[in-house]
Amino acid sequence: MSAEPVIRIVLAKLGLDGHDRGIKVVARILRDAGMEVIYLGLRQTTASIIAAAEEEDADAIGLSMHNAGHLALAPAMLAALDEADLDIPLIIGGIVPDQDVPILEAAGVAAILGPGAPAEEVVAAVRNAVSA
Amino acid sequence: MSVRELSSADLVERAIDGDRRAIGRTLTLVERGGEIADQITELTHPAAKGSHVVGITGAPGAGKSTLTGQLIRHLPTLGLRPAVLAVDPSSPLTGGAILGDRVRMDDVAGDGGFIRSVATRGHAGGLALSVPGSVRAFDACGFDPVLIETVGVGQVEVDVAGAADTTVVVVNPGWGDAVQANKAGLLEVADVFVINKADRDGANDTRRDLELMLDLSHVSGHEDETGYRPPIIMTTATAGDGVQALWDAVTAHRTHLEATGQLEHRRAARFRYEVRSRLGTRFEASIIAATADLEPDGRSPAAVAVELAGHLLA
Repeated sequence: MSAEPVIRIVLAKLGLDGHDRGIKVVARILRDAGMEVIYLGLRQTTASIIAAAEEEDADAIGLSMHNAGHLALAPAMLAALDEADLDIPLIIGGIVPDQDVPILEAAGVAAILGPGAPAEEVVAAVRNAVSA
Repeated sequence: MSVRELSSADLVERAIDGDRRAIGRTLTLVERGGEIADQITELTHPAAKGSHVVGITGAPGAGKSTLTGQLIRHLPTLGLRPAVLAVDPSSPLTGGAILGDRVRMDDVAGDGGFIRSVATRGHAGGLALSVPGSVRAFDACGFDPVLIETVGVGQVEVDVAGAADTTVVVVNPGWGDAVQANKAGLLEVADVFVINKADRDGANDTRRDLELMLDLSHVSGHEDETGYRPPIIMTTATAGDGVQALWDAVTAHRTHLEATGQLEHRRAARFRYEVRSRLGTRFEASIIAATADLEPDGRSPAAVAVELAGHLLA
């Protein structure tokens, strides 16, 4: 009916990381950009995120990381997606030191959003990742 | 090959074979509406076997998601293969939505059940327009029962009763008194009542108010002609208490519907309701087009509407 299909994105915290303020802000930003945000909340596993992405037919997955686990967790998520043969862009938000950004990008993370990223940047990152 | 590249026919075939990604994609196309959604309806209609459709409704925060999460965790242990449509509201301003029901169902994804979050996309009444189509797709894919969790509703948004075989209305202790219970709307559509958060103060008062309301239906001659009286189930969804009792009540209602021939009546009504809703969607587009460039011209809105109705129906 509408010309542009609505973007559906799964947002989650992977592993043991209770800092969910940032991801809630991102959820709101994406909602206000007209997207449908499937919010999974805390303590998700790569398997639960993949199951949700399949059932929800998600266009992208966004994970928030604030526990310095990104160099382990992001590649683990990418490997799980690869193993499941699920071709969906992965976006990481949260605390990622500058020197780690190229490492994650080289590993295949579609976009990395730091704290204080303006709303337009967040929205554009998701749109670009989905249309890439 | 990604499921996104399949034709509708191949996609639905794979979905019916149980491919989760194909099911997910099928539901997306149903939600988008339009011609492809109609094709999916054509393809899934013959495969639908008549799953038990259970609506779960109630005020925001009543515990619908938690209760639904407990059901979808419990039902596979009874040998059932449940699916959930969890409906949340779209923003009327931006069209976006935060679909958060999975937060309370998270450890069940992929364990035999299937959860789909749905945004209302501008539709009032507590459901999305696509819900009947999604229910049919789940049915065709072998899910039974299909649970529909509505958005949090107030006193009038009772679309779910038109979409379900069995409607469960969830209330909480302290939600209101006997006067609230006798207002029209939500409570009238209940086939099963749940008092969730029954470990809180006032649960027995709420039970008494509901029982009294049901007694009054009898006094005024509005009781169910088959003698069915909605049971009241006490649950504490966060602890899983009462979930089996709730399911027993839901299946008892289904048995009652079958025994009295009401199931057939309800499904015929559902069929009419869906056709009506689809007609409404089609005509709404014509109405919007016919009124898009309308300017006040001194005539009354009533006169203009009568004239336009003549054109539209011609």
